[in-house]
Amino acid sequence: MAELAADPIRRAAPTYRERTQLGMAFERFREHRLAMAALLVVVALALLSAFVPVVSPYDPNKTNLFQIFESPSIAHPMGTDSLGRDLATRILFGGRVSLAVGVLAALLAITVGAVVGVLAGFYGGLVDGLAMRFVDILLSIPRLFFLVLLAVLFGGSVLTIILVLGFLSWMRTARIVRATVMSLKGREFIEAARSIGARDLRIMIRHLLPNTVAPIIVAATLGVAGAIIAESTLSFLGLGIQKPTSSWGNLLTDATTDMAKAPWTAIFPGLAIFLAVVSINFVGDGLRDALDPRHVLRKR
Amino acid sequence: MGRYVLRRLIQAIPLLLGITVIAFAILKVTPGGPLAAYEANPDFSFADQQRLEHALGLDQPVPVQYAQWLIRFFAGDWGYSFATSQPVLSMIGQRLPNTLWLMSTVYIVTLLIALPIGVLTAVKQYSWFDHIATGATFAAFSMPTFWLGLLLIVTFGLTFRLLPLGGMLAPGAPFTVGDLARHLILPVATISLVQVGVYVRFLRASMLETTSQDYMRTARSKGLREGVIISRHALKNAAIPFVTVAALDLPELFGGALVTEQIFGWPGMGRLFYDSALRSDYPVLMGILVIGATVVIVANLMADVIYGFLDPRIRYS
Repeated sequence: MAELAADPIRRAAPTYRERTQLGMAFERFREHRLAMAALLVVVALALLSAFVPVVSPYDPNKTNLFQIFESPSIAHPMGTDSLGRDLATRILFGGRVSLAVGVLAALLAITVGAVVGVLAGFYGGLVDGLAMRFVDILLSIPRLFFLVLLAVLFGGSVLTIILVLGFLSWMRTARIVRATVMSLKGREFIEAARSIGARDLRIMIRHLLPNTVAPIIVAATLGVAGAIIAESTLSFLGLGIQKPTSSWGNLLTDATTDMAKAPWTAIFPGLAIFLAVVSINFVGDGLRDALDPRHVLRKR
Repeated sequence: MGRYVLRRLIQAIPLLLGITVIAFAILKVTPGGPLAAYEANPDFSFADQQRLEHALGLDQPVPVQYAQWLIRFFAGDWGYSFATSQPVLSMIGQRLPNTLWLMSTVYIVTLLIALPIGVLTAVKQYSWFDHIATGATFAAFSMPTFWLGLLLIVTFGLTFRLLPLGGMLAPGAPFTVGDLARHLILPVATISLVQVGVYVRFLRASMLETTSQDYMRTARSKGLREGVIISRHALKNAAIPFVTVAALDLPELFGGALVTEQIFGWPGMGRLFYDSALRSDYPVLMGILVIGATVVIVANLMADVIYGFLDPRIRYS
């Protein structure tokens, strides 16, 4: 029936491109100038960090005792540190770690959150009760205390920090996904899927998860920003990424002793964090507007 | 109302118990531990280790250790610090007021700044004030707290030498309120600036939602003054979701205090936690985690109670 009805219409109007929900959201996002600019900043930061050996003539670990604490100049746009190393190069190398940790931790968090949320929302009852009490417990412990504790106990390698951040940041995603799934699971299309013999797993993956994509994408984006701040805070406290691997956070640890002589050592690494976080937040904001079906078109 | 609060308090007990179980399990399961520091020491024999483990109760099975801890905890005996041998309760008791000073000042300052800005940005939507404030708040809440703290130290402490670099009171000097206030300015500014960003953003959104409601038009057509409309009709309704956010934010604020106390050398609970974590001082860590969780749970309860006060449609049963 549906095919019969749809076919002649498609043939009659071949010039119309089929518009998917995500395609329309992408178009709306592109109209959001601020978010697009922010996206460019994020991409530029990521590319610069990825290709820093090509971009920068300096070795991030090569000390030069004749160039200690040089203030920003053309040769060293962000100055040098207490061992004469080029700060800009070190920041970009730190960006590799900080950005990677942020993205991977956020991915881990939304994966766990989506799985727990879908299972809890779909099965309800005991599964839901247990999962949600667990979420309550985790959310009741001040997050940074928990992070500090786990980072101390498990040690600060890049992998452990990703795991610790990921496993402490999935709770809100789980709540959002659960609520969405609960409101959807009684709807007709789920009943229809069940009536043609779809099993639970298929219903969850093919029918329920795609409908929670919008909040998950937004949560993931804002999660990257949150994870970058959390990682840099931990590393700053000496509990996150350990030297000699540099991250934006542990570059600032040095600054606490150096900033009286060389304020730029405190300014630039923090500026990198700030730029990354503010841009990612703008992108997340733009995505939220673009993905919201009740979206009101408004130029900014 | 009283019964509702009572029931919520009773419900909080299993939650708190769950938190202690998880915290205890994490501390016990993970490597390291309070004796790890000794293990590299060649003078520290196996017999010494066993003796110490026995003295600290670490040789018992973990569930037994937990049960013993829990019973003593309810009896008001929170154990003794592994590191300083002082009672945990008195260690926390010394630090808790300092953190509460810091936090309550932050809370008041934040609300005093955020409320008028949040309301004004919504009332004057798309004005230049709105654009500047919205941009500034976005920047503020993307700011890592510790970096902001460093910048403030560099600016006001090192460059202009206007304010003390850290600590709570000038060393050696007699206690004066003015001295405490001077030491409070930078740490409070650090946390508040970030927090104001969060609150203004939220207030603006919920104010915009209420100002577009029909009852606003009704209020205007009745000839009410604009001030009354904003404060009585718009703000009171916008405050309902805001109260929840402000309460749920408390744990974040606590976390912010940990970093800020570290940067400014503020002798509060956050620093105690940090030092204890580095020393694997389990009794102190457990005590602080329970207090932190209690604060969060009480804040959530308060949010629900205030919610009912602001919105009479909500009936507690």
